[in-house]
Amino acid sequence: MPFKKLLLAAALATAAAATQAHADALDSIMKSKVIKIAVPQDFAPFGSAGLDLKPQGYDIDMANLIGKELGVKTEIIAVTSANRIPYLQTNKADLVISSLGKNEEREKVIDFSIAYAPFFSGVFGTKAIAVASAADLKGKIIGATRGAIEEQALTAAAPPDATIKRFEDNNATIAAFVSGQVDLIATGNTVAAAIAEKVPARAPTLKYVIKDSPCYVGLNKNEPALLAKVNEIVTKAKASGEIGKLSEKWLKAPLPPGF
Amino acid sequence: MTYKLQFAELLPYWNVLLQGLVFTIVLTMVSTVAGIAVGTASASARTFGPAWLGRVVGVYVELIRNTPFIVQLFFIFFGLPALGLKFSETTAAFLAMVINLGAYSTEIIRAGIEAVPKGHIEAGLSLAMTKWEVLRHVVLNQAFRKIYPALSSQIIIVMLGSAVVSQISAEDLTYAANFVASRNFRNFEVYLLVALAYLVLAMLTRSLLRALGRAIFKAR
Repeated sequence: MPFKKLLLAAALATAAAATQAHADALDSIMKSKVIKIAVPQDFAPFGSAGLDLKPQGYDIDMANLIGKELGVKTEIIAVTSANRIPYLQTNKADLVISSLGKNEEREKVIDFSIAYAPFFSGVFGTKAIAVASAADLKGKIIGATRGAIEEQALTAAAPPDATIKRFEDNNATIAAFVSGQVDLIATGNTVAAAIAEKVPARAPTLKYVIKDSPCYVGLNKNEPALLAKVNEIVTKAKASGEIGKLSEKWLKAPLPPGF
Repeated sequence: MTYKLQFAELLPYWNVLLQGLVFTIVLTMVSTVAGIAVGTASASARTFGPAWLGRVVGVYVELIRNTPFIVQLFFIFFGLPALGLKFSETTAAFLAMVINLGAYSTEIIRAGIEAVPKGHIEAGLSLAMTKWEVLRHVVLNQAFRKIYPALSSQIIIVMLGSAVVSQISAEDLTYAANFVASRNFRNFEVYLLVALAYLVLAMLTRSLLRALGRAIFKAR
């Protein structure tokens, strides 16, 4: 009965996972000298396969930074957005650094560190344009992708004489900005980073933030020691400018004010 | 499957849809007049003009008739700014429509011109009419009478094809429909309504063109 065997194996694995979780995660990491960190494999610039097919990105650098600070070897595990939390729950990973945003459902099952990466949508534009808030968009033309959260937020907040050019998809919005048809766009910071990388001459700079949903390190519940340690490392890396460097390297922009 | 139609959900957007409808009508009217002017000039040049001009027109016609309209539109709106030629989405939409209809109508009108018997032209010239008078009164007059139905259906094709300009954020009827659908997610109602609007518009255009044709070419 292969199916029954499978069930048994699954039950045993769950039991094993449950017992493991009782041990202090930080202790076992320090003992085994290895920290297993789940990173994205399909979400540039946070994590994607490089030319050598190894994962690379903001999250991978962050994972290595944490391993280095702990003085242990970092084992990178590439996951998808769908299975990153199950990897944590089944102890296949000690930490999830996978452009993970915080929400209520997730907070019920895992804990979050302090934010380690900025992730937001906003209005971006060429350097010369002076815009600092929605009110400054008076008489301006802004490109956005129709139906996207930032487009709807922009439509609600922009003054009546601002013109919003709505494009069918992200690529058309990018094309409109790159070709100079619009000098302002409402989009995500990762899209802005991608434009800055490919078309440095028209690198979009942040004018103001529309919706902020930064990324956090995810870890299992009831691991206060590990949580405290991760928070300590992130705080230190923020203060020392290491995280600012990651932002410059992968997001092509300094950390937003107040991050 | 039971789907409850809720057209009331479209009411808050009536002005958006109406503006789109007006844009589509104006776009069609302007590009029809300008496009046929381009077509008439090109067809005359190709038939009666110098050889080099005929070749230029030939390249234009082949280039436009053998590439997709959306690619022409994207080339004008997203591509040309690289050469410093920047048009607003409205200008780009009008331009692309005129260029497109111009190429198709060139071939339609040329067919009409070639169907005019040579003897008529020779007769006109021998009656001391100038070349321009022959072109205007003998050639084009007969040509248009022959190709009027074909030209009418080309105008309707271009009108329906204008839906594509919504892709460069020109605010036509389809743009309005996409906008409303992205807000209230009533895709079925929105696109049903807009499809009906295009249908009515196409039928009205046809009746209008037919009436116009009768008035222009009546009793001769």
